[in-house]
Amino acid sequence: MSNSDPRDQLVEHLPAMRAFAISLTRNGAVADDMVQDTLVKAWTNIEKFEVGTNMRAWLFTILRNTYYSSRRKANREVADVDGVFTESLAEKPAHDGHMQMTDFRKALGLLKDEQREALLLVGASGFSYEEAAEMCGVAVGTIKSRTNRARARLAELMGLRDDESLEMTDDATMSVISASKVSSF
Amino acid sequence: MQSGQNDERERFIDENLRRVYDETMEEGIPDKFKDLLNQLKEQDKNAGKKG
Repeated sequence: MSNSDPRDQLVEHLPAMRAFAISLTRNGAVADDMVQDTLVKAWTNIEKFEVGTNMRAWLFTILRNTYYSSRRKANREVADVDGVFTESLAEKPAHDGHMQMTDFRKALGLLKDEQREALLLVGASGFSYEEAAEMCGVAVGTIKSRTNRARARLAELMGLRDDESLEMTDDATMSVISASKVSSF
Repeated sequence: MQSGQNDERERFIDENLRRVYDETMEEGIPDKFKDLLNQLKEQDKNAGKKG
């Protein structure tokens, strides 16, 4: 079955594409538009896909190009139109000195685009540093430092410092899980 | 010691990242995407009708 149409595999990558797009744009509607554009581009340019290479990496590359070119057009206005993630960002950390873990998404939204992107590719999507570097058109070292900075910044935003223990993990985890039940796009 | 803490922090952050991701993945794919794929397929079929 080696002569199967690579276009038949597109559907398998849709959930991952959506997850990446939503995390990147922080806006469900914009993300879905981006994924649709990407699908059309991938479908009509399928001959540019080299069979045997990583299709997900190819699709993510189209997706991020779509994102950056539309963002250039629309300026930063597009991101977070609903304000779902950035509202109340100015809030102080909770009384115990920690931000609630339900704010993880908000913290993610506060990262610089390049840092968030690197972290999403490596930390969440499971790409190697090398793959992520190729997709972003930068050096491997750049991806590594962006990822490290993203993690450090997230830790800072969530009030996790090096000198603190992470015994809050369980509670924090639970709050993320329960938050995920109520949030919707 | 410092790096041990950092590893733990990294794991903690990545776990949450994946949770944010999984949440979207579990939503499944909205029908509009499947409709779009079917449309594209249909278009190709029509365009590909050669003699």
